[in-house]
Amino acid sequence: MIEIKNLTKRYGTFTALDALTLTIERGTVFGFVGPNGAGKTTTFSILATLIPPTAGDALIDGFSVVRDAKQVRQRIGYMPDFFGVYDQFKTKEYLDFYGASYGIPARERERLIPQLLELVRLSDKIDTYVDLLSRGMKQRLCLARSLIHDPEVLILDEPASGLDPRARIEMREIIKELKNMGKTILISSHILPELSVMCDELCIIDRGKLITHDSVQAILNQLKPERVLAVRVKDRFAETIRFFEDDPHVSLVARNPENNSLTFQFRGDVDAQVALLKKAILADLPIISFQEEKTKMEDVFMELLQEVDDGAESLQ
Amino acid sequence: MRNRFNNPVLQKEFKLRFRTVKSFVGLFMYLLIFGILALGFIYVLTLNQTYLFFQPEESRALFSYLAIIQLVMLLFITPGLTAGVVSGERERQTLNILLTTTLSSFQIIVGKLLSSVAYLLLLLLASLPLFSFVFLFGGVAPEEILLVFFMNLITVLTFGAIGIFFSTLLKRTIAAVISSYVLTLFLTIGTVILFFISIGISRGLNPGGIPLISYFLTTLNPVFALLTALNIDVTGAFDNWPSLPVWMMYVIVYTLVFIFCTWMSTLKLRKEK
Ligand SMILES: Nc1ncnc2c1ncn2[C@@H]1O[C@H](COP(=O)(O)OP(=O)(O)OP(=O)(O)O)[C@@H](O)[C@H]1O
Ligand SMILES: [Mg+2]
Repeated sequence: MIEIKNLTKRYGTFTALDALTLTIERGTVFGFVGPNGAGKTTTFSILATLIPPTAGDALIDGFSVVRDAKQVRQRIGYMPDFFGVYDQFKTKEYLDFYGASYGIPARERERLIPQLLELVRLSDKIDTYVDLLSRGMKQRLCLARSLIHDPEVLILDEPASGLDPRARIEMREIIKELKNMGKTILISSHILPELSVMCDELCIIDRGKLITHDSVQAILNQLKPERVLAVRVKDRFAETIRFFEDDPHVSLVARNPENNSLTFQFRGDVDAQVALLKKAILADLPIISFQEEKTKMEDVFMELLQEVDDGAESLQ
Repeated sequence: MRNRFNNPVLQKEFKLRFRTVKSFVGLFMYLLIFGILALGFIYVLTLNQTYLFFQPEESRALFSYLAIIQLVMLLFITPGLTAGVVSGERERQTLNILLTTTLSSFQIIVGKLLSSVAYLLLLLLASLPLFSFVFLFGGVAPEEILLVFFMNLITVLTFGAIGIFFSTLLKRTIAAVISSYVLTLFLTIGTVILFFISIGISRGLNPGGIPLISYFLTTLNPVFALLTALNIDVTGAFDNWPSLPVWMMYVIVYTLVFIFCTWMSTLKLRKEK
């Protein structure tokens, strides 16, 4: 379990992280979303014992990042947003060095390295110089490295940044596997949709402040106070329109008589949506389909943050 | 329980260092320059001799000359070799990861230091054949040879620790390299200038004695120290100076500097501002 308590980091008078408080349960895949400069890397660096907080503390399995740095290091695997490699090392030597750095005996390392390389799909690169690996491969190698001492917690700072769509999916698959292994995983990204498919819980931070923290579903709902629903019926179209127009959550009904369908904005949470459908069925309307129109989540996310994304990154 | 002598950083540095062509070019250049200077001196010594033979005094002079040349070369190499070892990892963005492992700061610093010193020891050992003339023609006691070796070791260790100290303290390698060289220049040349200034001033004030500060200035200077260890009297005997030979005081002072630098590096390594 990770407890972040009032975590604050100031650089001079600038507050990079402002009293962040969060609890992350064991085995959760937890996403940190926020635009550039939000404080994600700052949070992760503090959790990784690289920089001391100005105030507050974070406990990993009860060990403080301030006071029990060594125990924390034993329990976390950290992948920075930017990192270098020792070019003169081969893949296996690279992992071997870090294994030794965690005090893992040589025999054990020998056994572990092929397993880890298999996990990150780099088995065929065991004798390749690290320098010659592609960016995506280096990223995966770094992930394997962060796993060498079998940490309970993984702290991955933008693990998919700079990767092409296929490599992103590969990274996501690996993270899914790690989740199945029972690891607690913290991932940061400034792309919400990317995290929403991987994570159990999300928090959104902006300018050092926690804006919201909830389950992925709840956040997505929260981000979309107005969903667009589309309904198609077999017949009794006029009756159907009247039915939906009467619902207090519904507005802006658009009709399409050619195929007996209508779309409208729906303001309400998932429960209200379930209730609406139930009511429609009890009213014996001949519903063929009842579905949510896809809205662009990114737009809504950015609206919430009142920030304009550079738009360079897109969903896959 | 982790084996105290099994330092992963040391092993890594070894592997990486001896994999680069640079290390071998460095070794080669060192031997080349050292060889040219040694043979040049021998050539001058034997200019009007028909065959190669040294009087014990000549052999002794040759030995002293070689020892000083070696020291100067090591002084020249050490800052460049060590001032990048921590800041270089920071610049290559490998330091962060290293610091999140369970390695202690001390292990990292010592690993870095010992690997650099090991390379310098290799240079020392590789140049031993050039000293063989001395063994051949005598004039130098074995314990003096050991003493010279010991003095150069202390010098290398301390200047190595100074380089690593700057490398840990300063973010940029270039700044660390410049600082290390400036300090090295101060200790080798600056102290000599200050020594003469201090003597000049004290002569004006008090014709009798030489102030203690002059003594301490000489004990900071690695070349002075080595010369006194070789029993070469460079400063003249001053009655009012401590009876502790300059080189002994040098060993004490430099050991303290070594401990201070290593300790500070260990403290500073994980302290980000
Ligand atoms: N060493 C430092 N000195 C001064 N300010 C800093 C320092 N490190 C970070 N900051 C500032 O703290 C803020 C948070 O930075 P941080 O790197 O945590 O953001 P981030 O959420 O990771 O952003 P990104 O998505 O760009 O990676 C930024 O405004 C940054 O300029
Ligand atoms: Mg970041």
